[in-house]
Amino acid sequence: MIEVQQITKHFGKFKALDNLNLTLNQGESIALIGPNGCGKTTLIKSILGMVLPEKGNIIFDGKNIQKDISYRNHIGYMPQIGRYPENMTIGQVIDMVKGIRNCTQPLDYTLYHEFEIEKLLNKTMRTLSGGTTQKVSATLAFMFPVKLLILDEPTAGLDPIASEILKQKIIDARNNGVLVLITSHLLSELENIISQIIFMQEGKVILHKDTELLKESTGQHSIAQSIIHLLKSGSL
Amino acid sequence: MMRILKYVIIDILKNRIVLVYTIMLALFSWSAFSLEDNAAKGLLTVLNIILLTVPLVSVLFSTIYVYNSNEFIELLLSHPVKRSMIWKALFSGLSLSMVIAFLIGTGIPLLLFADTSTALLMMAGGSLLTVIFIAIAFLCSMITRDKAKGIGLSIMLWIYFALLFDGLVLFLFFQFAEYPIESVVVGLSALSPIDLCRILILMKLDVSAMMGFTGAVFQKLFGTNWGLMASFSLLAMWSVAPFYLSLRKFKKKDL
Repeated sequence: MIEVQQITKHFGKFKALDNLNLTLNQGESIALIGPNGCGKTTLIKSILGMVLPEKGNIIFDGKNIQKDISYRNHIGYMPQIGRYPENMTIGQVIDMVKGIRNCTQPLDYTLYHEFEIEKLLNKTMRTLSGGTTQKVSATLAFMFPVKLLILDEPTAGLDPIASEILKQKIIDARNNGVLVLITSHLLSELENIISQIIFMQEGKVILHKDTELLKESTGQHSIAQSIIHLLKSGSL
Repeated sequence: MMRILKYVIIDILKNRIVLVYTIMLALFSWSAFSLEDNAAKGLLTVLNIILLTVPLVSVLFSTIYVYNSNEFIELLLSHPVKRSMIWKALFSGLSLSMVIAFLIGTGIPLLLFADTSTALLMMAGGSLLTVIFIAIAFLCSMITRDKAKGIGLSIMLWIYFALLFDGLVLFLFFQFAEYPIESVVVGLSALSPIDLCRILILMKLDVSAMMGFTGAVFQKLFGTNWGLMASFSLLAMWSVAPFYLSLRKFKKKDL
C-alpha cells in the first residue's frame, strides 16, 4: 500500500534518511524501531508530507503523495509529542479536525468515551498534562475511518489503564485490516500487537522481517529477546 | 480554504490585541480631529498615525501571530489540507481583521471630518500599508525559525522603511547633487512602501512641506494624476510580492 522509494533527507550536514526503500502492505502491523536519531520520526513525517525529502518518491495506493494531498484522508496520525494551538479547548480542537476532515462516514467514538474526553471538553490545551494530550491525540487518530495508522510512541506518557485501552484499540484496528505503523522503544509492549518488525539505523533499514520468522531464526521466544540476541551477536 | 479561514478569524478575535488596536486608533484619530481647530492639521496627525503606527502594529502583531501559529499549522498538516491553503488562510485572516480594525478605528473619523475623496484615499493607503506590512511579517517568519530573531528582523525593517529610508535618499541626493539623478531617486522611492504611501496621500493633500524629499521629486516628474496611478500600482505590487516569496518558502519548509 505504501512504497517508499530511495528517499534521502539531510538536516544541515546530518543525514536523517539515506537512500531508504520500504514497502508496507495492507493488513500488517509493523513496529519501527531503532536507536534515537536513526530517522524514525523523519520517515513518518515524510510519509505525512510534513518533511519534504530531497530525493525519492513515496507512493500511497499507487499515487505519488507529492501531487495529491487527498491520501491524508486515509491516514490517522498520533504524534510523539502532540502540539496543539494553546488557546483552544479540547472540544474546539476536536470540532475543528472534524470540520476539516469533513468525513461523511460514521465516526468512531470508542476512545472518546473510554478516555472520558467529554468531561474535559472545556479545558484549554495549554493546561493539559502530557498524558491527557496523548489521549486527545489518540482519540483524533482513531476517530476517522482510515487505511493507515501511524502511531509515534503511542503509549509513552499514558497511565496503565489508558495504555491498555489503546493497545486493545490498536489490535481491533489491525483485525479490521488497517495497516498499523508503530514506533516504540518498549518492545515488550508490542509483543502481541505486531506482525512485522523494521530496524533502522543511521537513516537506513537494517532489518525488515516477519516476527515469527525472526523468532524462529534466532531461536528466542519473544521479539525483544530476538532483537537483543541479534544486537549482541553483531548481526545488526 | 473558507473553513480554515473561519478558525483563523475566530482565533484572532479571541486575541484581544486587535480590539485594543481598534480602540487606540479610534482614540487617536478622534482626538486629533477634535483637539485641532483646523481640520487640515488633524488630517496631518492622522497621516502620521497611518504612516508610522499602522505599519508597526501590523508587522509586529503578524510576526508574533505567525510564530504562535506553528502548532496550528502542524496540526492541520497531518490532515488533508494543502500547504498553500493554510498559508493563504492565515494571511487573509490577518489582513481582513487588521484592515477592518483600521477602517473602524481611523476610517470613521476620517469620513466624518475630512472631505470624502481625501478620506477614501487615506483609507485605501492605510489598508494597503496594513496588508503590505503583514506580507513583510510573513516573509520575516519564513526567513528564520527563531521567534526572537524574526521579531527583531521585522522591527528592523519597520525602522528602515519608516525612519531611515527618506534620510538615506536625501543623503544620496546631496552626495550626487552635481548629476541629474531625479529619475534614480524616483526609482529608489519605489523601494519603500511607506514613502510611496506618503507620496500618494500628500500629492492629494498638496502639502509640499510635508512631502519629504522623494515626494517632491515624484510630483515634479509625474504630475499629480500619473503620480497617483504610479504609486498605487507600486503599492499593490508591494502587497503581493513579499507574500508570494514567503508562500514559496513555506511550501518547501520542513515542520
